[in-house]
Amino acid sequence: MSMTDPIAVFRMEAAELFEQIESGLLDLTHRLDDRDQIDAVFRGLHTLKGSGAMFGFDALAAFTHHCETAFDRVRKGEKPATSELIAAVLAAQDHMRALVDRPMDDHGNIGDILLSQLQRAVEGDAPVTALVPTIQAEPAAVAVKSAGNTWRIRFSLPVNSMVNGTNPLGLLDELRDLGECRIAVNTSAIPSLDVLVPTDLHLSWDVTVTTDQPRSAIDDVFIFVLDDMQLDVETLTDGVAVIAEPAAVQAEQPVPVVLPVAAIAPATLPVPAQAPAAPAVEREVPGSNDARQAKAAENVRVPAERLDELMDRVGELVIAQSRLRQLASSSMDLQLRSVSEEIERLSGELRDTMMVLRMVPVGSLFGRFRRLVHDLARETGKVIELVTEGETTEVDKTVIERLADPLVHLVRNSIDHGLETPEERRAAGKDEAGKIMLSARQAGGEVIITIKDDGRGINRERVRAKAEASGLIQPGAALSDQDLLQLIFAPGFSTAAQVTNLSGRGVGMDVVKKTVETLRGAIDITSHAGQGSDVSLRIPLTLAIIDGLLVRVGTGRYVIPLSAVEECLELSLEEDLRSRGRSFISLRDSLVPFLRLRDLFRTGTKPDAHQKVVVISTGTERVGMVVDQIIGDHQTVIKSMSKLHHDVATFSGATILGDGSVALILDVAHLVAAGQQQEAQVRAAG
Amino acid sequence: MTARILTVDDSASIRLTTKVTLSNAGYDITEAVNGAEGLEKAKSGQFDLIVTDLNMPVMDGLTMIEELRKLPAHTGVPIIFLTTESDADLKARAKAAGATGWLTKPFDPETLVKIVRKVLGR
Repeated sequence: MSMTDPIAVFRMEAAELFEQIESGLLDLTHRLDDRDQIDAVFRGLHTLKGSGAMFGFDALAAFTHHCETAFDRVRKGEKPATSELIAAVLAAQDHMRALVDRPMDDHGNIGDILLSQLQRAVEGDAPVTALVPTIQAEPAAVAVKSAGNTWRIRFSLPVNSMVNGTNPLGLLDELRDLGECRIAVNTSAIPSLDVLVPTDLHLSWDVTVTTDQPRSAIDDVFIFVLDDMQLDVETLTDGVAVIAEPAAVQAEQPVPVVLPVAAIAPATLPVPAQAPAAPAVEREVPGSNDARQAKAAENVRVPAERLDELMDRVGELVIAQSRLRQLASSSMDLQLRSVSEEIERLSGELRDTMMVLRMVPVGSLFGRFRRLVHDLARETGKVIELVTEGETTEVDKTVIERLADPLVHLVRNSIDHGLETPEERRAAGKDEAGKIMLSARQAGGEVIITIKDDGRGINRERVRAKAEASGLIQPGAALSDQDLLQLIFAPGFSTAAQVTNLSGRGVGMDVVKKTVETLRGAIDITSHAGQGSDVSLRIPLTLAIIDGLLVRVGTGRYVIPLSAVEECLELSLEEDLRSRGRSFISLRDSLVPFLRLRDLFRTGTKPDAHQKVVVISTGTERVGMVVDQIIGDHQTVIKSMSKLHHDVATFSGATILGDGSVALILDVAHLVAAGQQQEAQVRAAG
Repeated sequence: MTARILTVDDSASIRLTTKVTLSNAGYDITEAVNGAEGLEKAKSGQFDLIVTDLNMPVMDGLTMIEELRKLPAHTGVPIIFLTTESDADLKARAKAAGATGWLTKPFDPETLVKIVRKVLGR
């Protein structure tokens, strides 16, 4: 997106305004008389309308105008904010979003319907028409085209008009632009020098102008001061005053001096900007605003793509630096070594700073759930209280974006399956309001996002029955509690006795798991019958740079994300030969399947005498990877694969090594699944 | 000398339009995102004209205009405010606070330049 395209800027700004309006409205649901929020919502609507009209979003501007008008009555205290009103404005806001996203579409009469809803919410049952004003017939412009009329204009300005920025010289210039002009100034009202305030204006003028412009052109000159000034305008025909209004008849004032305007200007008119010679006195901004003001000034908006570019550059720098380190370490030049170390330190710091730049508070993600919960509560008739915690926890922007959908699924799921109806809760001796708690916290290099409810908990018998019925597990299979609970993330699994509007059709939860795994994260579930469930997503803080384990398979080098590595073992040639056909290793009393990457990648090389097994896991499942050599840990700057290689599932990306060669990054989730599949095949074969 | 104009608006899109329009018209533009920042910037520099929105968070345009007019250095500096409605009441309050003129939103770039030229004079 280009920052110089006003439409794009407007869209971005509209998105922010929607967030502001929505969060204001949702806050209002708790405190219906919160003036700050009412003002914030009104201001949001107001700005949206103004900018919308500026950038050609006419339908948006018109629609928002009506909403603003309705909401203004709440702001002025004429009408109370009610939950119906808030719901109506929220619905209207969704329409506004549509008008921003698709201004050219035919939106039918949705707008009118929403406005009448809003109207009812504001007024009770008053007729709709009150809100949608009938288009007022513009008074037809009375443009009397007059060729060469002569006008006599006498005017004086308010005494403080120069202080307020009006430049009388400018006005006279504008009158002269209308046509041939004679200007006379009346200086009789100027007080004596000892009481004269230089910035005050005590002059009045008598101007005769001949112009082909209409009368309105004269008013236009004075447009900003018209309400406060004395202005008499008469037409002169053949030098004879034709008095326009009898009331305006005045005894002819003696016209004191007639001078060309240029001559009088420097002498009698102080130039406003130079007038005060007094030193500028600093005035404090009212105190309470200081902090917020400072905060606003400290933030700079940067388009995400520029951050990505910068990230790329930092990544390249890190790569170049590691080449430099290789060179320096093989050199005897001490100065080179010291420079290399310095650059290593600096690029490390730069990388860390860059990481922080990409971090955004998770609160921006939590914000949207307030709306979701509000809507779902209305839809299901459940009473739901949403509690959020740790909004300031920061996560990489990309992670936040990708987490949004999975979290929606999880929250919906908790509300739909977890929380009971108010009646059920009362019967169970619980508070009528079900609680959904969204929390985020940082733990090491991970952020843990938890969705917790105090509902009925996961019914393990039903999960088992369902899984058996759909063939996910063998009847009577022995499963750990965690494995049983994890079944709800299996593809095609759904325990809702009845498919509801909310939970959809059992798609979703498996998508949640997949998404979390692509983010190299994991899901933990705990659940207690009658007390509720707790789903935790553990997600790495950043996606751009990872700690990797560099390994060699044949002649190629590969990176395994270090966070997935559990341990490394040696696999001697004899052991390998012995296990041929049964690709399992025994790891502390459990059998772990393993994949021979040499076979998988068809390297065509002979195995090293001392192969290694790198055991990787996705949290619940483990698989060993047989590699030829473990080279060591490697700061990996992740480069995505080209579109051409998009469907290569085995690798999640690539990185550039210190010597400039490319190493592919193994996709752990895929390889673990492949390993498990191989295990299943071996078992099936007997 | 190039006239210096301070534009104060919380709307990024309006700021951008104003900046592009007035820069193209040959003015030197400084931007602020609310009244408080506008006041701060006005204090630290001399401007030939200030164009401000009224409805803004942190400090609204009316308050900023009032505060500006209390500063001797800003006596007589023209202040144009942007207003969405032709609300006579708001207009009157802005003028009472010391504004010079106004511009009704939505405005086209030509009108903005015309108003700026009008207020700045020759």
